[in-house]
Amino acid sequence: MDFSPFILTLRLALFTTLILFFLGIPLAYWLAYSKYRIKYAVEAIVSLPLVLPPTVLGFYLLLAFSPENALGAFLDEYVDLRLVFTFPGLVLASVIYSLPFMVQPLRSGFASIPKAWLDTAQTLGKGRWVTLTRVLLPNMRSALLTAAVLSFAHTVGEFGVVLMVGGNIPEETRVISVAIYNEVEAMNYGQANRYSLLLIGFSFLVLLITYWVNHDKNRVLGYD
Amino acid sequence: MIELDLEKSLFGPDGKMGLKVSCQIKQGELVGLYGPSGAGKSSILRMISGLMRPDAGKLQVFGRAWFDQSQKINLKPQRRNIGMVFQEYALFPNMSVEENLLFALDKGQAPAIVSEMLERVGLEKLAQKRPMVLSGGQKQRVALARAMVRRPNILLLDEPLSALDMDMRANLQQYIVQFHKDFALTTLLVSHDASEIRRMAQRVLVLENGKFSFDGEPGIFFGN
Repeated sequence: MDFSPFILTLRLALFTTLILFFLGIPLAYWLAYSKYRIKYAVEAIVSLPLVLPPTVLGFYLLLAFSPENALGAFLDEYVDLRLVFTFPGLVLASVIYSLPFMVQPLRSGFASIPKAWLDTAQTLGKGRWVTLTRVLLPNMRSALLTAAVLSFAHTVGEFGVVLMVGGNIPEETRVISVAIYNEVEAMNYGQANRYSLLLIGFSFLVLLITYWVNHDKNRVLGYD
Repeated sequence: MIELDLEKSLFGPDGKMGLKVSCQIKQGELVGLYGPSGAGKSSILRMISGLMRPDAGKLQVFGRAWFDQSQKINLKPQRRNIGMVFQEYALFPNMSVEENLLFALDKGQAPAIVSEMLERVGLEKLAQKRPMVLSGGQKQRVALARAMVRRPNILLLDEPLSALDMDMRANLQQYIVQFHKDFALTTLLVSHDASEIRRMAQRVLVLENGKFSFDGEPGIFFGN
């Protein structure tokens, strides 16, 4: 069995989750605490991938990344980065597509922190960074874990966006969902079945471990 | 000396309410702030601590302007040297009792004060425990000790005793009075418990309809 689509999928999900983690924390923090009304517009934009068919997002990203258009041409010429039908393009598309899965749980995590803790940290002379790293994040570990796992799992399960932006290039953009589609098209049901079972088993395992760890953590911290 | 002359419109239980208060509090006084719930007592403490921005007025503390609307001065809570204790303790559950106090240390401040404060509230044996295993009274003693770590000149107590039962209240009242004397604090105690104010405070400010309706000895206001 050719494991390369599976390994490529894991690589994509890992990169996407890592980037989203560092993007998601400041964004969710801002959404949770900002008093500007524009945050509602930002929140709506962040959540758009939840409701849009992946093909819509994929279509516009394909257009934007294309070397025939301004952004694609600029990246191609000045950064030597081609995003259509390449792995970096897939990562960027996945980051946009999975953004709500990172931001929403983190936002709820921030919202679950009692306001008195924030007030206390301020009256103890602590600034935002210290409060974030020593009070907020350590007390929302289960939200952090949920956000990371959901983003990872959602990226593993991607199909439409990946197919539109990445196409179907072995070892470069052929992730497991695309590979399954491929095998079915070619009537190789046996191989499609093996890929599918691998994905089901893997996803189940990830979710199982997550719930387990999350539950234990809550118990240790006494939230349960 | 705290010279306070502040205005703020608040949303109370009966809709919009204007708060317009002025008073002077001498160094070393222990003043009770009394009034029905929703009268704006906590808001006054929050304006002194910098957690809430007044709409207009002035706040001068030991000769220094902490807030002055006409001169656009508004010192951040971090830069006002105050200790504040909230009704809900607001201990950080991810830190042990000792770590909660260590967190309060200023940059470069010697950590010896942490064990001194823990000893003062009789909790040195519980230093390594997590806050969640403590009783309400113990939690509030930790919060009080933590508020004192930075050696503030002003102690602001926002209904610190109302979640405790009678025995614990009496016990904690002693600790507060002791701190007040030993560190020559200027202390403001918000409470809706008349007996508490009579027992602890030398002076009571009664807040009604957004104004101080009485300013004087608790014995005179509450009767002997």
